[in-house]
Amino acid sequence: MNRTPHNPWLHCFAVVTALATLALLGVGGIVTSKGAGMAVPDWPTSYGYNMFWLPLKWWYGGAFYEHTHRLFAVFVGLLTSILAAWIWGRETAGRTRWMGWFTILVFVLMLGHRGSGNASGGAVGVPFHFNILAVLIPVFLIFSIVQYIRTRGLLRWLAMTAFFAVIFQGILGGFRVTLYKDQIGIAHATLAQLFFTLVCVFAVFLSRWWNEMEAKPVEKESRLRRWFIAATLLIFIQLVLGAAMRHQHAGLAIWDFPLAHGQLWPDTSVEAIARYNQQRAELVAFNPITAMQVRLQMLHRITALLIVITVAISAWLTLKCTGQGNALRRVAIEWIVLIALQATLGMLTVLKNKPADIATAHVVVGALSLATGVLLVVLTYRVKILSFTRSEPLLCSRDAVGAN
Amino acid sequence: MKMKMTNWFLIAAALVAAVQSITAADVTGKITLKGMPPEEKVLPLDPMCGKLHANPPKTRFYVSDGKGGLADVFIHIKSGLTGAAPSPSATPAVLDQVGCEYAPYVIGVQVNQKMNVLNSDALLHNVHPTPIVEGNKEFNRAQLPKGPPISTAWPEPEVFLRFKCDVHPWMFAYVGVVAHPYFAVSAKDGSFTIKNVPAGKYVIEALHRKTGKPVTKEVTVDANGAVADFTIELQ
Repeated sequence: MNRTPHNPWLHCFAVVTALATLALLGVGGIVTSKGAGMAVPDWPTSYGYNMFWLPLKWWYGGAFYEHTHRLFAVFVGLLTSILAAWIWGRETAGRTRWMGWFTILVFVLMLGHRGSGNASGGAVGVPFHFNILAVLIPVFLIFSIVQYIRTRGLLRWLAMTAFFAVIFQGILGGFRVTLYKDQIGIAHATLAQLFFTLVCVFAVFLSRWWNEMEAKPVEKESRLRRWFIAATLLIFIQLVLGAAMRHQHAGLAIWDFPLAHGQLWPDTSVEAIARYNQQRAELVAFNPITAMQVRLQMLHRITALLIVITVAISAWLTLKCTGQGNALRRVAIEWIVLIALQATLGMLTVLKNKPADIATAHVVVGALSLATGVLLVVLTYRVKILSFTRSEPLLCSRDAVGAN
Repeated sequence: MKMKMTNWFLIAAALVAAVQSITAADVTGKITLKGMPPEEKVLPLDPMCGKLHANPPKTRFYVSDGKGGLADVFIHIKSGLTGAAPSPSATPAVLDQVGCEYAPYVIGVQVNQKMNVLNSDALLHNVHPTPIVEGNKEFNRAQLPKGPPISTAWPEPEVFLRFKCDVHPWMFAYVGVVAHPYFAVSAKDGSFTIKNVPAGKYVIEALHRKTGKPVTKEVTVDANGAVADFTIELQ
């Protein structure tokens, strides 16, 4: 099996990027929980100012959360750009290297040119070049993914995928504000989870642990893998359901647990929904609840139960099929602990009437659960992933560059 | 000859309007709430807004005088009006932001009537109406402390068109937009007056934002006006 030259600085940088992304997920969760997503009505400017120069006197209330989210997002975007440029530079040379760096630089400069307004609180509109970016970025993103697959796992294309994904994520966030579309908010929340998983995968691929781990035999590995994949897919579906619930801004559609409006399956008739809306005392969740939202929360509860069962079975099978010292064992135990914590947070979110801190922790632990599931799946494919790069090392030396 | 005909038409129209205004009268009534509403909750004000209040303000879901009267019910003529609706009042409706709350909580305006949103606070707010009827356009604008009014008008009828402020996400107001000027919002004791309603037979509708289900009543307005009391029941 090929061994990748380990660069501790690069690995460290990838870990910092992953941690910053997790923190950004938390800040984004707080923005939604506080109902502050539209507090700064313009984008990419903030109250007409260049967002980097918004005076501190306007940083309060919902604007504080939303503006902090924007600046933190820029920080994560910058980290991702550096990470992508670093990996691209290590894997390529000559014209290919300069072309990659030039591409990254052009997009960063396009994003950096955010314009400024009249600084009087008025929106100045989205600059035209952001509309161009909104069209171009998905094309580049798909191209990078295709290249990653086509080149059988060259890390530099995964780095480019992360780079274009983070730009796309920023544009989705901005357009959610300027186009007033909750649906874009759901896509923004979902991509955030996927992006976090991607940078976690990076941190793993660049670690000494991944590259130097001894391959240990695993009984019934393909069966185990199927369980990991099933549980991870369920977690992803659950995160999309959660994003859909949060971005409808209707608060809790069901506020009791384990029963739902006092029943095993809640009444969703027109009269019952009218009664729920009469009785609920929403403070910041402004939309009335609908029958669809009640059903959505029930689906979320059922999926949660399925996740607990599949992850428990996966962890039990892992302990059964692997020997002491196998990396899968430790990660599987961490996974079941995370899922237990996540289920507890979910229950508390309902019972405590969705406080911002608990609801945000629920989002963050959800992201960690997804990333852990993906890590387990990746671990079961480790031999295959490393053999992908046998002909061209993962972090190849300079004499092996220039293929792409 | 043509000129003379036009004059006659104008005179006739003026006469009809004059007769209508002579026969126009007020529709009065009272809204009574039946049932026990849930307790109001304290608003989650931030420290800056908290300083503006001696006592923490509460939600305004079921504002009542304690004797059964229910405030913030939007009452309007639902059907029975004939002919073109009078032009909207030249006086703009006013919605203010005071103490990090919209005031009043519920107002009514006629379609295309000018509406001014003020900011009397020494704090930044954002004015964010979220209409759901096609033709009424959502917008979101920051309003500087004690800044100039933000003017708007709504081209389509929509009852309980929501205004919010995302800087202070507990701030809400609701606007009843109807095609004519015959509407009112009930006071704390539940009383209301729809002014200058032309004589005729109408269906009057009363809507409360939280109770959901509208209540209607048929009334006949004559020179003495009419009385329409409503009871809104909690399920």
